[in-house]
Amino acid sequence: MFGYVVRRLMSSVLVILLASFAVFAIFYLGPSSPAQPVCEGSGRACTPERLANIEKSMGLDKPVLEAYGTYMKGVVVGRDVVIGAAEYDCGAPCFGVSYGTRAQVTDELKERIVPTILIAIGGSLVFLTVGVGIGIAAAARRGTIGDRVMVSGSLLVSSVPYYLLCLLAWLYLTLKTDIFPTTGYFPLSDGDPFKTFTGLLLPCLVLGVASSPVYARYSRGQMVDTLGDDFIRTAKAKGLRGRTVLFKHALRAAIVPIVTIFGLDFGTLLAGTIFTEKIFDVQGIGVWGLDAIRPPQDLPILTVTVLIGAVFIVVSNLIVDLVYGVLDPRVRLG
Amino acid sequence: MSETNPHPTEAKPGQAAAASSAGEPYLVVDDLTVRFPTADGLVQAVSNLSYSVELGKTLGIVGESGSGKSVSSMAVLGLHDERSAQISGSIRVDGKDIVGLSDAQMRQMRGNTVAMIFQDALAALHPFYRVGAQLTEAYRIHHPSASKKEARRRAVEMLDRVGIPEPQSRVDDFPHQFSGGMRQRVMIAMGLINDPSLLIADEPTTALDVTVQAQILDLLQDLQREFNSAIIMITHDLGVIAEMADDVLVMYSGRAVEYGPCKEILTHPEMPYTWGLLSSVPDVSSDINARMIPIPGTPPSLLHPPKGCAFEARCNHSDKVGGDLCATTLPDMRSGGRGQTHLKRCHLPDPDAIFLSEVLPQIAPELAASESNQSSEES
Repeated sequence: MFGYVVRRLMSSVLVILLASFAVFAIFYLGPSSPAQPVCEGSGRACTPERLANIEKSMGLDKPVLEAYGTYMKGVVVGRDVVIGAAEYDCGAPCFGVSYGTRAQVTDELKERIVPTILIAIGGSLVFLTVGVGIGIAAAARRGTIGDRVMVSGSLLVSSVPYYLLCLLAWLYLTLKTDIFPTTGYFPLSDGDPFKTFTGLLLPCLVLGVASSPVYARYSRGQMVDTLGDDFIRTAKAKGLRGRTVLFKHALRAAIVPIVTIFGLDFGTLLAGTIFTEKIFDVQGIGVWGLDAIRPPQDLPILTVTVLIGAVFIVVSNLIVDLVYGVLDPRVRLG
Repeated sequence: MSETNPHPTEAKPGQAAAASSAGEPYLVVDDLTVRFPTADGLVQAVSNLSYSVELGKTLGIVGESGSGKSVSSMAVLGLHDERSAQISGSIRVDGKDIVGLSDAQMRQMRGNTVAMIFQDALAALHPFYRVGAQLTEAYRIHHPSASKKEARRRAVEMLDRVGIPEPQSRVDDFPHQFSGGMRQRVMIAMGLINDPSLLIADEPTTALDVTVQAQILDLLQDLQREFNSAIIMITHDLGVIAEMADDVLVMYSGRAVEYGPCKEILTHPEMPYTWGLLSSVPDVSSDINARMIPIPGTPPSLLHPPKGCAFEARCNHSDKVGGDLCATTLPDMRSGGRGQTHLKRCHLPDPDAIFLSEVLPQIAPELAASESNQSSEES
């Protein structure tokens, strides 16, 4: 078990390193010079000579491996970042300095990540309770009208495009009525946790409701399969109540694959929820990356948002594998 | 049985209270019919089945897959979903008719006075719970006042009783950590944990190799002697029947086709389907080149059962019956020349003679020779 964890951790680190290099290389070797936005953003005309100068000052004239080495060294011990004529002291972990705000990317990352994490957790709570709950209820009533209503209901919800659902919710629940009067992210540091909660409530609900159909259908399928298993018949033959059979025996077995897809989904959510953040005006990772990709591109921000997404997905994969060994005693990690 | 039902069934108005008539066997199945409505029509899984089992006795139910063995036994436990199964007839357990009882009433009985052990214990035990947890759960559901400690002690005791070494530590293992035979013992321990009066064993040895199979059968017989319980042994293995059963019920296409004392059925079967079953048993003691004789064809569809005898299409002997009686008329279960306890569903006029003269010489020539000597001496 311990050896397995160590091996998995090492391979995870390797994957993250490869991802970081890929991300770095894409921007470095992209169609336009990484220095282009800086050159254009300075207000003066961007001549080829100026561009070359800026590239040189930023160290972008060096080979890609060397530049990547400098970047990664900055992540570990910090470095001085030069953008055009200005020089910035960028402490570890340094992911660069924003072209636009000229602030250290790490500082903004720390702020931006909080609402993204909160939305991911809140949304997950909603779709796990609503989606999995509907899935269990439908499986228990398989073939009845209730089952059909739940299945077709979730099909209906899942056929509404997500951005439309967000917009409608925002339009009718925030703008036109006072049901959720203040949506958006109000940092916890403001000292009003209740406002933080109410501000994120609607985004979490919408995210959760939109993801529920997938979980409803998946967990219904898992439960229907499990309810046909021999050990369910054994549980009934013991004289257990229907509820005990459903939750203690069937759900316990059906939950394992549900946890698996949840782990992967959660990693994706942590990488940023662009529509949710954009429409409900939450300054999270997703919107940050979206803004950074628009000209003039803010490459250090783009790099860090893609990188953090990769890290979250690799880590959630790792956690899923470890949790699998806990949930299923037949799985021996090693 | 020291446990009595704490919530006796209330007699409903207009419904005769089923009194336990003295002398009635512990389990009486009477005219049981189980049907499953499907999109294709009504599946007639079990039709007009009647049998009984006394305490301390074993009934063997044989028949091929789909003959209704398991379906009828599941009905005894009330395990069929009332939304998907239509059940009629009566099933009297200890004098009380359980057909139409509410789920809550059935639960009092399930796993308590009537328990079932299933084939393939790996699939029938929950993969994620320790066997101790599964055993204590079975115990505590019917002994609500028992503490966890008592239930655990009982679980260890039962594991010990079914011959699992080091039960104190094995109780904390998961089912997948047991060997096939040991796992089936766990299954048996779970079935017997509440001292059931009736144990239904659904092919308990099918997935096991023969030596382990013999051990499990011995164990069941020992436990039966100890607890004086009635056992229904569902199997398609006539060897198991010969070893275990006092009575035998042969099922075909959802119906009983032959029913009687075990020795009687195995030595003087009167139904061609039973002959076919006997002919298709490999015999290690006989000539190695001797052929096993399979029954040709397949059973009829349970959606559209034939009007006459269900076995008619596969029967080699229907030409000995006058007219097309076999094809048009379903024979009744009735006794023939071999006593009131031996029932068979066949139109053949003198099946025992046909068996002795035509079938037995094919499957066991030595036996046929000695039989004919005996009968010539007798006459």
